[in-house]
Amino acid sequence: MAKTHVITEVNGEEAEFLCEPGQTLLETLRDELNLTGTKEGCGTGDCGACSVMLDGRLVCSCLVLSPEVDGRKLETIEGVADGEKLHPIQQKFLEHAALQCGVCTPGFVVATKALLEKNPDPTEEETRYWLAGNLCRCTGYDKIIRAVLDAAAELRGEA
Amino acid sequence: MSEKKLKYVGTRPIRHDGVDKVLGKANFGADLNLPGMLHGKILRSPHAHAKIISINTAKAEALDGVLAVITGDDFPPPPSGKGSVEGPQDFGDMARNVMAREKALYTGHAIAAVAATTTRIAEIALKAIEVEYEVLEPVMTLERALAPDAPILHEEMRAKGEEPLPEGPTNVATRTVMGFGDVDEGFSSADVVVEREFTTETVHQGYIEPHAVVARSISDGRAEVYCCTQGQFMVRKYCSKVLDMDPTQIKVTASEIGGGFGGKTVVYAEPVSIVLARKSGRPVKIVMSREEVFIATGPTSGSHIRVKIGVKNDGTITAADATLNYEAGAFKGSPVMAGMMTIFSPYRMDHVRIEGFDVVVNKPKVAAYRAPGAPMAAFATEGVMDELASQLGMDPVDLRLVNAVKEGDTAAYGPKFKVHGFIDTLQAVKNHPHYKAPLGPNQGRGIACGFWFNAGMQSSANVILNEDGNATVVTGNPDIGGSRTSMALMAAEELGIPVDKIRPVVADTESVGYSDLTGGSRVTFATGMAVVEAAKDVVRQLRERAAQTWDVSVDDVEWRDGHAVAMNGHADDHEPLSVAALAGSAAKTGGPISGRASLNARGPGPGFATHICDVEVDKETGRVSVLRYTAVQDVGRAIHPSYVEGQMQGGAVQGIGWALNEAYMYDEKGKLQNPSFLDYRMPVASDMPMIDTVIVEVPNPTHPYGVRGVGETPIVPPLPAVAHAVNQATGVRFRSLPISPPRVLAALDD
Repeated sequence: MAKTHVITEVNGEEAEFLCEPGQTLLETLRDELNLTGTKEGCGTGDCGACSVMLDGRLVCSCLVLSPEVDGRKLETIEGVADGEKLHPIQQKFLEHAALQCGVCTPGFVVATKALLEKNPDPTEEETRYWLAGNLCRCTGYDKIIRAVLDAAAELRGEA
Repeated sequence: MSEKKLKYVGTRPIRHDGVDKVLGKANFGADLNLPGMLHGKILRSPHAHAKIISINTAKAEALDGVLAVITGDDFPPPPSGKGSVEGPQDFGDMARNVMAREKALYTGHAIAAVAATTTRIAEIALKAIEVEYEVLEPVMTLERALAPDAPILHEEMRAKGEEPLPEGPTNVATRTVMGFGDVDEGFSSADVVVEREFTTETVHQGYIEPHAVVARSISDGRAEVYCCTQGQFMVRKYCSKVLDMDPTQIKVTASEIGGGFGGKTVVYAEPVSIVLARKSGRPVKIVMSREEVFIATGPTSGSHIRVKIGVKNDGTITAADATLNYEAGAFKGSPVMAGMMTIFSPYRMDHVRIEGFDVVVNKPKVAAYRAPGAPMAAFATEGVMDELASQLGMDPVDLRLVNAVKEGDTAAYGPKFKVHGFIDTLQAVKNHPHYKAPLGPNQGRGIACGFWFNAGMQSSANVILNEDGNATVVTGNPDIGGSRTSMALMAAEELGIPVDKIRPVVADTESVGYSDLTGGSRVTFATGMAVVEAAKDVVRQLRERAAQTWDVSVDDVEWRDGHAVAMNGHADDHEPLSVAALAGSAAKTGGPISGRASLNARGPGPGFATHICDVEVDKETGRVSVLRYTAVQDVGRAIHPSYVEGQMQGGAVQGIGWALNEAYMYDEKGKLQNPSFLDYRMPVASDMPMIDTVIVEVPNPTHPYGVRGVGETPIVPPLPAVAHAVNQATGVRFRSLPISPPRVLAALDD
């Protein structure tokens, strides 16, 4: 089957790849572009481990077909930190021990960034509903929610 | 027990592996690719119970891009006889679970596997494999499994422990009875007796990372395996058994692990990938889909438990009697024994009888799941205790206080308890503001207790002092929830160097001594003991080097806060030597300094917890919402309190999911109807409140810092705690889990 040529922007840099029509964005990120920070937990859009930003919108990359991203902008977990400097969300996840195994963490960080860009001052309830698409089986969510609310305060300049 | 004030233990440093994990740089099971690597896929049985008549792989093998197709015939015969059983593991069963031979025993049972250049070609190849089955009636419930006319899963199975031994085959693998005293006498002296039956469904550990492995076959018949697992040495041993290899021929490297909860304590795709790699001559990667994880990896048992407890009017237990039936899945080996050993252990009793049955059904073979067997047992006992409290008009905490086991009491399964903090957890609950907070309409509060043994077992550690005075701590236990940093904290305390100057490493099977797997809440306890011993070995050498440098006796050198200090009249002659100075001069004083320890840790110390749960029940939809939750647990000593809290919170929420929503749902043919995170409903962030924690610290005298296991105990109390809260909110006693909206509505309609 002929492959589709796709040119896209990933974390501010141009990326070019060939893909099959049915190839998911998650497969392309991990297997073609070697961006393995984005994780697969389910492949059906239920767990959020593969969360990325597509043109500023939070999506599950397992539900996006690779040809769809032609000419569009992607941001993955690898683009969240500023080089060596952690994003405040990442720093707060560490300080609050908001990860145990850490496999869901990239998805939570990306989803949290999307939340705080849209709503810099979310309530606990708004945070819980926004992150309801990201499964964590280790933490019981408590420390994640605290980390997110603390990161929000810091980004607002209150912490 | 160290009396000195601790500098590092009990602090909350950022975990050593944390930065990589928030950046997405940590490598999990599916993140490794090797040059020339092929992709493996496994063909799974569409039938829950069927004879395999024939498998024709010719069409699959002929496809372009397919480099290997394997079936059970490509494996050595399943182990039997001497050496084929070790503890709870029967390697013959394991071999048949890894790849079916004569029969398919559950929907999802591995039948064949392929390795191809792409996953798509591998998937096409699976469809080209022709399998002829003789479909048999599936056995999907305990009731059906135990019926006289039940279809039999294993023709050779006879019920061990059944008297007289049945002549014909059965689905009961084992019957076990334990206890002491005379229960009839005990019940005859009771003022109140309550006897009830409880059921729980099959539930899955639900780790977010599916199983993943890359294997390559190298020279001399050796193999290298990279996989997500709770034990690299376990994978080495189990692969060696299933594949008839020497363990030393297999090198296993554990990736970062994306959750396990007991589910990654056995092998599934690992031996398959080795056989595919051997046959194809190329590295082979197998990554399970979420559906495969649900249908083909170990969940924990569905159960049916009957509990009868008698009490005096003052609450004192006079006797207790239980029958536990646990589903093992397709092969024997449910955690019924652990269920029996925990079911009455929180309470003192003179007359007790416990009977348990390990029953096979056509579901995936169960694997360990966080305090295996204990949560459902606690659901039953605590449910009866709650009802007894209400019949006696007693506060439920007070009823526990009357009966709670103390140091020196005999546990219902035999041994005497050493010091523990069970009563402290009960007192903490009574004194907690949560316990007295007002409730609104349709709201209820429940409390429940939980017990788990915790494990010790074998661990090894190397502590390597580097030339800059920093240290590397090498252990053989995958870090599933922050244990690396706990190892570093204990090493820091011993060596007297800051925790961030210590690099904790999880090594492969060729780089550290044998270590039993990460499980049984044993790592911070047992591997921690090995780290402490290895660090003491380093300190001993540092003192010797300082003594040599100063030309004094080693007895005149003390190790204090990261420095060798001259004592006994030599203090004025010698400035203290820092660890960095001693490390820097090591070449001149005898060479590199490293310590090692290998041990079989005894005395892990029991874990006890008491939880408080508030719920609100929506009487129109049947939905139960958890409003407030407090987990109180005796942890011995919290090495890193944040990760101790994390275990308590995570365990509580897993238990809440089990109580309220999670269950395997099968159709009449034995096909799982909900093998996805959409339909197997685990708790999400919006389902949960914050989970308050109260850490009780009654140090475990066998550990140098007082550690007792933490991780498993917190999943034991939530099942009953939630049920009791729902009872108070609705007036209905739920004795079957999950307490899902349809069941609540049906019960409220009655």
